[in-house]
Amino acid sequence: MVSGSETSAFFAMVWWTTAVASVVAAWLMVFLRDLLKAAIAMAVVFLAVAGFLVMLNAEFLAVVQVLIYVGAVSILVVFAVLLTRDVFQGNIPHAHQGWVFLLTGVVLFLLAFIVLATPWHLLSASGMDAASRGALVATWVNPTPTLGRLLVREFVLPFEAVSVVLLAALIGALVIARER
Amino acid sequence: MLAPIGLSHYLVLSAILFSIGMFGVLSMRNLIAMVMGLEVMFNAVLLAGVAVARYVAPLPLRVAQTGGEGIAMTLTGQVFGVFIITVAAAEAALALALVLAVYRERETVDATRLDSMKH
Repeated sequence: MVSGSETSAFFAMVWWTTAVASVVAAWLMVFLRDLLKAAIAMAVVFLAVAGFLVMLNAEFLAVVQVLIYVGAVSILVVFAVLLTRDVFQGNIPHAHQGWVFLLTGVVLFLLAFIVLATPWHLLSASGMDAASRGALVATWVNPTPTLGRLLVREFVLPFEAVSVVLLAALIGALVIARER
Repeated sequence: MLAPIGLSHYLVLSAILFSIGMFGVLSMRNLIAMVMGLEVMFNAVLLAGVAVARYVAPLPLRVAQTGGEGIAMTLTGQVFGVFIITVAAAEAALALALVLAVYRERETVDATRLDSMKH
């Protein structure tokens, strides 16, 4: 939408490196037998996605991603692995893994087909006049102030609802995990 | 040599991550490994949503000239990214609390052995 550095060879190189890193880390997460190592691989996937968010002009989301996923969710998973003492038994697939592989392959094929068959270029902002395009670029060069305004104006109701959801889930987690 | 990075690149990558996460959820026996796959699926959806917001202009921007309000709305994808991250955090906390409760009750986190509702 916003013309920028996407066309440079350096950007493409960084993009492909991050993409390969994320896919390899996700693959390792599924196939490493040691759950602790799988949790580290999961953190690498989260970091790679944070890198993509930076490339997509979503710096605020990238920071939130590092804070919540890499900082909190990964640690939570590691603690759960340690507390359940099944580390030595590890990350074992069940007997029907072949069927699941087939099903997942079909899903991936369908998703990729839909993505590649959709004429996305019809949805670009190429028909805009110069003034709107300038305002659009100005918004996307530094989107965080606009994002903050949107969160407390247009989207204030979902924002409050999701905060109540988070509070309820955390209290529920405390109640469920409590020693009786 | 390398094609410019566009929306399709991000969406195909997101589909790959989603499928790997789904494979992890469906094929693993350990409940914690399933939660990890679920988190990767959430991340793939987040990536797809933010990429679409970045590359696709909403309808009002394409049909006519609009003021600041319409342009601010192009960030809707990022707003929903915030919501996805929040809901995923809530889900992770709740799921791992459930795993711990199950472990305390049954002394196992093996999904194939949690079959008391089958009998």
